[in-house]
Amino acid sequence: MISPHVITPYSSKLQHHLSGRFLLAAEIPFSLELLTEHIESGYVATKVGVIRQNDKYRCSRCSNRNQQLFYTFPCNICQKNCTYCRSCIMMGRVSECAELYSWTGPELIFPMPPKGMAWDGTLSDGQKTASDRVVAAVEQNEEVLVWAVCGAGKTEVLFKGIETAISSSKRVCICTPRTDVVLELAPRLKRAFPNVKVAALYGGSEDRHVAAPLTVSTTHQLYRFANAFDTIIIDEVDAFPYSMDTSLQQAVQKAKKQTSATIYLTATPSRKMQQEYRKGTLQAVTIPARYHRKPIPVPMMKWSGNWQKQFQKKQIPPQIQSWVRNRIERNIPILLFFPSIQVMKESLPLFQEIEPGLLAVYSEDPERKEKVTQLRNGEVPGLLTTTILERGVTIHKLDVAVIGAEHQVFAESALVQIAGRVGRSADHPTGTITFFHYGKSEEMVKAVLHIENMNREASKRGLLDV
Amino acid sequence: MFDLANLNLRLCLLCDQEITHKVSWKNVLMQEPEMLICVECFGKLDPISGELCQICSRVLSAEFRRDTLCLDCHRWEQDPKWQGFLTENRSLFHYNDFIKESIATFKYRGDYAIAEAFSSFIKDALPKLAFDSIAIIPLSSERLLERGFNQAEALVVTAGETCIQPLTRIHSEKQSKKSRRDRINLPQVFQITDPELVAGKKILLLDDIYTTGSTLRHAAKALKLAGATEIRSLTLAR
Repeated sequence: MISPHVITPYSSKLQHHLSGRFLLAAEIPFSLELLTEHIESGYVATKVGVIRQNDKYRCSRCSNRNQQLFYTFPCNICQKNCTYCRSCIMMGRVSECAELYSWTGPELIFPMPPKGMAWDGTLSDGQKTASDRVVAAVEQNEEVLVWAVCGAGKTEVLFKGIETAISSSKRVCICTPRTDVVLELAPRLKRAFPNVKVAALYGGSEDRHVAAPLTVSTTHQLYRFANAFDTIIIDEVDAFPYSMDTSLQQAVQKAKKQTSATIYLTATPSRKMQQEYRKGTLQAVTIPARYHRKPIPVPMMKWSGNWQKQFQKKQIPPQIQSWVRNRIERNIPILLFFPSIQVMKESLPLFQEIEPGLLAVYSEDPERKEKVTQLRNGEVPGLLTTTILERGVTIHKLDVAVIGAEHQVFAESALVQIAGRVGRSADHPTGTITFFHYGKSEEMVKAVLHIENMNREASKRGLLDV
Repeated sequence: MFDLANLNLRLCLLCDQEITHKVSWKNVLMQEPEMLICVECFGKLDPISGELCQICSRVLSAEFRRDTLCLDCHRWEQDPKWQGFLTENRSLFHYNDFIKESIATFKYRGDYAIAEAFSSFIKDALPKLAFDSIAIIPLSSERLLERGFNQAEALVVTAGETCIQPLTRIHSEKQSKKSRRDRINLPQVFQITDPELVAGKKILLLDDIYTTGSTLRHAAKALKLAGATEIRSLTLAR
């Protein structure tokens, strides 16, 4: 008698690789034979990469429909004129002759970890309320906005919700616009959940083939997922590129399962989100106070004349000049925000006459990270910057000024984020933020109101020490 | 190749941002050709100019030259095995971070449109070089199937020219993994497929990057031994 031999009808390695994914053949390190077998038996599905409909192209991976971001070339693979998507080209070419593969066989179930969470820190009252709301959203598969002021400690607010999801074998993804945040968040999550596999995904990361119950990803990497997550957490939901790019919003929709929880995090929700919140169509929870229970410094508005003209004449407006001198004398690190790279670069030498150690950073500055580190370590007295440092920068002791605050690049959200750089640490919970202007803008007024309202709400809810 | 029928603003082929034209009488009257890249990207390209090596068009520096040649070309020309095969190389841009990234997107991500972004520069350079036919440096067949196009051919085609392919590769190992000495000491890398394509002709070799010049010199040698009269080369960057 031949002994019965149990064979799974599919490759579990392929199942691990492809579950919840949406990948090009070049991203699947298995033989074409194996793939074909699985397609024939219905475990793997394929979709044409670029679809042409009514003379318009659409990318199946990134949902791009902007016809200017398609290009047709003589392709040596299909031997035809072949159209590909330029919008997501950085992740490898998706074209008319390329197929995207996804897993349609039995669902991959992650075993429940023995003990989920190792994090045993305490939450502030504001954090606690938000954390409970996140847990409820995970359990009920709801959508919720966590509107937390800069420095509220929003990562800790997620821990309980993540634990809840993982302990019921739910797959979680946290996505953020920036690679730096992925790199900073992944080790914190690994420490908080030592028994859970954490995959960190960004352009060029080594984890790109890892199937894990907990994934931290740049928003762009979501293009490579379909129907994957039970809980998706979107950090800085108002930030570029998510807010600008409808294809990224569609990527989020595609990456999560039909029944799933969505948690949006931000200090500055878009006007649309705020309206939906007020109308009650979007559930939200606010954390109006920082974890250290001190109010957020309210911006001061200071008229500084026609700053543009003065910089052209190689002069720093006197109000700004005395502001800078004052901080330098008192050894307070400073950040000076400028409306454009050009004005910043032109005025750098003027500021260096006051203090030669001042440096400038901008988006394409190769030494951007080093300069911020130098400021943090007190090796540099201050930085001139564009809006690129409006988010994610924490310096222990800091005073901030915005030059030309009425300029259109300084929207309410940008100004609130910039103000949010000040007074973040418990050792130095105060600091000043000054908007230098040549005529107040509506956005400036709104930004000040925004911060005042948050402080008022925090005080009402007893979240501040007075 | 773009469908631009209803669009006024076209996107820069390098950065996807809208190209904003400054409308002036000159634009309107002269019917300037449509820009393919934006002013910002154009500004990030670093054209090669100054006193150049007569063979490879490297910018000559005091300590790295022998008369009108750079030391590299001087060494090649001293070697009887390599003397006189490559008459002249012209490279358009210094290999800075910006063009490095553009070429990487072009070749390794397979973004063919980048070739068109540079097409006007190739078009401008061609009349300054004497040639009968343009030949391209071949890819191995595996690489061609993987990438879907030959980058040198894409540069020729988008510039509105045609090319011949008289060469095939004998070795397929990646060039970029070898040191300069390895590259120079390689035995023959290219084989001639059809000598009739090149015999008695001036050939212009086209490639994306001039690194050590060894690829182009190997190709030039093979072509010349097959009867080509003069070999020049043109690369986007060096």
